[in-house]
Amino acid sequence: MSVPTPIIHSIAEVTAYIKARFEEDELLRDVWLTGEISNFKQHTSGHCYLTLKDETTSIKAIIWRTTAARLVLPRDGDAVIVRGYISVYEPQGAYQFYINHLEPAGLGRLWVEFERLRARLLEEGLFDEARKRPLPVLPMRVGVVTSPTGAALRDILRTLAARFSLLEVIVAPAVVQGAAAPLSIVAAIRALNRWMAEYGRLDAIILARGGGSIEELWAFNDERVARAVAESLAPIVTGVGHETDFTIVDFVADRRAPTPTGAAMLVAPDARELRDSVGGLAAAATARMADRLAAQRANRDTLARRLERSSPALRLAANRQRVDDLTRRSELAIMHRLATLGERLAGRSLRMTALHPQQVLARGYAIVTRLPENEVVTMTYQVTRGDALRVRVSDGSFTADVSDGDHPRGKSEK
Amino acid sequence: MTNQVALSFEKLYQELEEAVRRLETGEMSLEDSLALFERASQLAEQCNALLDQAELRVQRLVDRPDGGLDVAPFDD
Repeated sequence: MSVPTPIIHSIAEVTAYIKARFEEDELLRDVWLTGEISNFKQHTSGHCYLTLKDETTSIKAIIWRTTAARLVLPRDGDAVIVRGYISVYEPQGAYQFYINHLEPAGLGRLWVEFERLRARLLEEGLFDEARKRPLPVLPMRVGVVTSPTGAALRDILRTLAARFSLLEVIVAPAVVQGAAAPLSIVAAIRALNRWMAEYGRLDAIILARGGGSIEELWAFNDERVARAVAESLAPIVTGVGHETDFTIVDFVADRRAPTPTGAAMLVAPDARELRDSVGGLAAAATARMADRLAAQRANRDTLARRLERSSPALRLAANRQRVDDLTRRSELAIMHRLATLGERLAGRSLRMTALHPQQVLARGYAIVTRLPENEVVTMTYQVTRGDALRVRVSDGSFTADVSDGDHPRGKSEK
Repeated sequence: MTNQVALSFEKLYQELEEAVRRLETGEMSLEDSLALFERASQLAEQCNALLDQAELRVQRLVDRPDGGLDVAPFDD
């Protein structure tokens, strides 16, 4: 029977194994620690090396250059709160604390509280996006919870007046810093909600405070205030401190603005934008009306053209032309006829002259009439013996008696 | 208690939007369109007049002796 051959590992293998154990551990991946700084040294590379210690124990710690750049660096002896992870530095076989966040210990305690409350309310669902209510586009009345004497209120009122002066503002005064602040703020939020239930809608409540130290803003990290914000029937907009300050109520609120002025801007529409949209609507109405009129005009023109094409006026014009034609032609015809008529008349007058009786008498003919009737005698049966006759010749007349006749008077041969 | 000024602005604005919407559908006689267009122009003027004239009204929540709440003018 042989002794089993042991598996022999390299240092590297064991170190890697240990390092993996550290990095798998949930707790060691995100740790808050409190302790005192010693042996703090910033290397020329920018990385910082230090030891965190308490009465009996210590741990080596490192701050990477990029992290160090955004921190206020501590000095030996400072009590601090740090946040980071624990891992192994393989060349030295040493476990170390890798610091991501560092702050003075007094505040650190507050932040530990902050983190715990944040985690709990997050777990409860108080920060859920689904809980957040939209703000009305056109608010009529807003509540403001803040100090009645603070700069925050002045900023808010000035901003509201400048943007949308149709608003009505109801201020619920509150103490916003110190031990009395949390309950005072809760009371103000609840009072506005009670007033609203009795008298009428509040479109939003602005919860605000101007900038200050972390301790001064601490009331806005109070659980009671956070719950009052969550319970409010009117949507709440926070504007607490400055740009970089985040408080628990910011997470619970329906909207978070970086400052009091920012909160007022979120709540009130900008009258200039409203005027623009009123102008836009008026322009749209004008454009539609112009389109409508243009369409109407085009339609009318089409109709007018169709009407003209079928109009009796056109036929009348054509007819008028035809009439003109006819008139001209008939005038020509009449002129022509008149001309021929004239010629014929001229010819006829010549012949009539030739036939004039005087001319005939002059050629030796005579006109004989029977007396006393002066009846022109052209045939023999018109006269008989004894009748008196007048004979007209070219220069006068004389009488004569019929001495003989072939026919008795009044008897025709036929 | 209502904020009459803001309420009337809201009503005028909504009516204006509605008038423009109806003008855009264009399903009415020319006379009706003209009448509606005139109405829209009036509404736009009234909206702007309200925006120009209004003055922010600031009140303060006060406790009544009977435990109820009231508002009073806010003087700072």
